[in-house]
Amino acid sequence: MSLEPEEIVETLLMITQQNLDIRTVTLGMSLAGCADNDLVRMSGKVREHILRTAERLVPVCDRIAAEYGVPIVNKRIAVTPISLLAAACTDEDVSLLAQAMDSAAAEVGVDFIGGFSALVQKGVGDADRRLIASIPSALANTTRVCSSVNVASTRAGTNMDAVVAMSRIVKATAEATADQDGIGCGKLVVFCNMVEDNPFMAGAVHGIGEPDAVVNVGISGPGAVRAVVEALPADADLTEVAEAIKATSFKITRAGELIAREAAERLGVEMGIVDLSLAPTPAEGDSVAAIIEAIGVERCGGPGTTAALALLNDAVKKGGAMGTSSIGGLSGAFIPVSEDAGMVRAVEDGALTLEKLEAMTAVCSVGLDMIAVPGDTTAETIAAIIADVCAIGVVNSKTTAARLIPAPGKSVGDRVEFGGLLGAAPVMAVNAWAGTRLSRRGGRIPAPLGSLRN
Amino acid sequence: MKTRAILSVLGEDRVGIVAAVSRVLAEAGANIEDIRQTILSGVFSMTMLVTVDEDSTPFDAVQAKLAEVGTELGLQITLQREDVFRYMHRV
Repeated sequence: MSLEPEEIVETLLMITQQNLDIRTVTLGMSLAGCADNDLVRMSGKVREHILRTAERLVPVCDRIAAEYGVPIVNKRIAVTPISLLAAACTDEDVSLLAQAMDSAAAEVGVDFIGGFSALVQKGVGDADRRLIASIPSALANTTRVCSSVNVASTRAGTNMDAVVAMSRIVKATAEATADQDGIGCGKLVVFCNMVEDNPFMAGAVHGIGEPDAVVNVGISGPGAVRAVVEALPADADLTEVAEAIKATSFKITRAGELIAREAAERLGVEMGIVDLSLAPTPAEGDSVAAIIEAIGVERCGGPGTTAALALLNDAVKKGGAMGTSSIGGLSGAFIPVSEDAGMVRAVEDGALTLEKLEAMTAVCSVGLDMIAVPGDTTAETIAAIIADVCAIGVVNSKTTAARLIPAPGKSVGDRVEFGGLLGAAPVMAVNAWAGTRLSRRGGRIPAPLGSLRN
Repeated sequence: MKTRAILSVLGEDRVGIVAAVSRVLAEAGANIEDIRQTILSGVFSMTMLVTVDEDSTPFDAVQAKLAEVGTELGLQITLQREDVFRYMHRV
């Protein structure tokens, strides 16, 4: 037998005890051919196209998971940014397109469908404006649709008018889903440097540079990485820690690469990318915060957290880069609060604050993610928080994002409960000295200089 | 189509485990290429490399039959395609 029994047992343990799984197989598809000047007709075409293209996605993934013994937790769909379709019609409310996406997603059995999106970093077109205005009703009247809007990029700078508009939409979405603690905001991301091949929700879209249909895979595995770090001797130095994470990341990525190839082949579409993001879940131990604590920070958020996270993020990429030649998507550790039991505990213990999460954003993927803030947080304050997150992304040429939930009627210390993968979270304090006047100025924060880097 | 797979069995040691598992495989037309077995503090652990002849019995049907034996004998039996192990441990 060319494989050693220890290797077989290691793989089995990673799957059965350390939550190794494929977090998502996301089928990206272009809806460009569905454009129509009649909104109702266009919605019908969108529904039909999704049903036709994704018909076999769930059964094929379930079959692969059974054959390989590696769970595929989520099957999802990403579509062309809907603002591009909205441009074909003149309707003010285009949320009918979201309903078409939602019903098609339900019928093919996927849990989320992303792409009710617009890119407005340089300016807001009429279709973009109509799409953005439709977000609150789109998210309130659907369960599976995810929305994302890109408001900044390294090349364009930050469109503060769009940031302010989005902060109002975030508030309106929370109000529109107030009966469920503002869950609509859990499906709404404001991006800087959005990527076109992200398989993870809520920010997945099928970019315009992509083929007609493509399979993108998101790995997971914080539990497996944590177990490896915890198994190291207490006096192992940080080079050894990085080495151990790298080796584990390689194995996790290989599983992702295998599933991506197999799914693409069986679905008869191109294989896109493997996203190396470590994505936590509310399950105990499947936590990025727990890895940081295993590395040696008393509680996630304490001094040393940013350094530990930077080490983790880099080691995951280095190991993953050996495992696949198709790295893409966001590929950086996620630090959502509500979806990570360790992050929730750190907030409850007073170790983790909004400001520390912002610092962590600079060294990993996306950032201020799934954070509940008091329901009376003003739109200007939310805009200023988003602007800060965008500044980190713009200046460092990386993707950053904000998924904030101004929980209606809740204040600091209260809890919001979303259930499922979105989890639950304590409402976090927001610094009261917000840049309200900064937000009201609007305009654009110019793109940064790319040279003179000292 | 022939599919190489890893079969692993974990559980309390008792008479007839190897016989029961081998019988299912033989009936399904699956060939045992290699077999390793140990008992660690009373826990029976067996790993087999098998080739499943899917023209004779489809992969999921072999899995289902093995699951039946697993329930009957109180064992955890998994059959997984071999490439997942090879991929994860070899460049």
